[in-house]
Amino acid sequence: MKIGVVTFPGSNCDYDCYRAVKDGLGAEAIYIWHKEHDLHGVDAVFLPGGFSYGDYLRAGAIAAHSPIMREVKAFAAGGGPVAGICNGFQILCEAGMLPGGLMRNRTLKFRSRPVHLLVERADTAFTSEYATGDVLRIPIAHGEGCYFAAPETLDELEANGQVVFRYCDGEGLVSPAANPNGSARSIAGIINAAGNVLGMMPHPERAIEPLLGSTDGLGFFRSLAAHLARV
Amino acid sequence: MTDYRVEVRVTPRRGILDPQGSAVQGALKSLGFGGVEDVHVGRLIRFTLQADGDAEARERVDAMCRQLLANPVTEDYDVRVEALAAA
Repeated sequence: MKIGVVTFPGSNCDYDCYRAVKDGLGAEAIYIWHKEHDLHGVDAVFLPGGFSYGDYLRAGAIAAHSPIMREVKAFAAGGGPVAGICNGFQILCEAGMLPGGLMRNRTLKFRSRPVHLLVERADTAFTSEYATGDVLRIPIAHGEGCYFAAPETLDELEANGQVVFRYCDGEGLVSPAANPNGSARSIAGIINAAGNVLGMMPHPERAIEPLLGSTDGLGFFRSLAAHLARV
Repeated sequence: MTDYRVEVRVTPRRGILDPQGSAVQGALKSLGFGGVEDVHVGRLIRFTLQADGDAEARERVDAMCRQLLANPVTEDYDVRVEALAAA
């Protein structure tokens, strides 16, 4: 099992992802520079967090057209698992690989703190090690994480079961008070209809060992490993 | 070929929350500027473009907006194209 982490200019969570794969899973991880046109035979791709291209124009807008994205799109079209975390989620939306977009947090504040996430779907390639209804404690760190989509798109996401994570309180209650950025319907993470491209604003790679305050993110990486072992 | 001066104004889509605009409106109010409503903050993108006529220039800029300059999910855009006098 080999997992690729794409590095864009301005990525800053690429090492966290790399380490979560390498030390959290004991699997092989490689970096892939955004200018490459080769995924080096990886089994899954991570688009990490950060501020690619300084968030110029819109967060993720320019990275969505980086050379490597052509290969990432082809890989995803062939069913390969792709996960975008934080800036990676913004890039996936800007690249049209996931519906909707991420806007400025409703509070206008950059929010960097642990939040609670409700697992809505435990039958995806990225969440099978969790149970539906689990409450995870995972950090967020973003200024543009307010998920937005047209009401009919949101209805479709809900109807198809594509909402994977929602912001909630410690008891698993979804409410405006537990929504850190104003995201529509408290959405924190979604998956595409085919079930192989996931985007989320919270950082599971920053919650993989007790020293980091939580190990709740490990299940995310273990789920992907279990999925890759099955296919 | 004609040189055009192009301006693309990108604004938050009408009807969706614009927290930046609200914050600016609040600040204007607190400075004592009365009667200010409906404040929105957007981006101005300006460039020159060579094209074969107005229609082609507009068509190309529209494609740029759809592919990169604006996000149709969250933003509206408005294009101004003006032919520059030949040097």
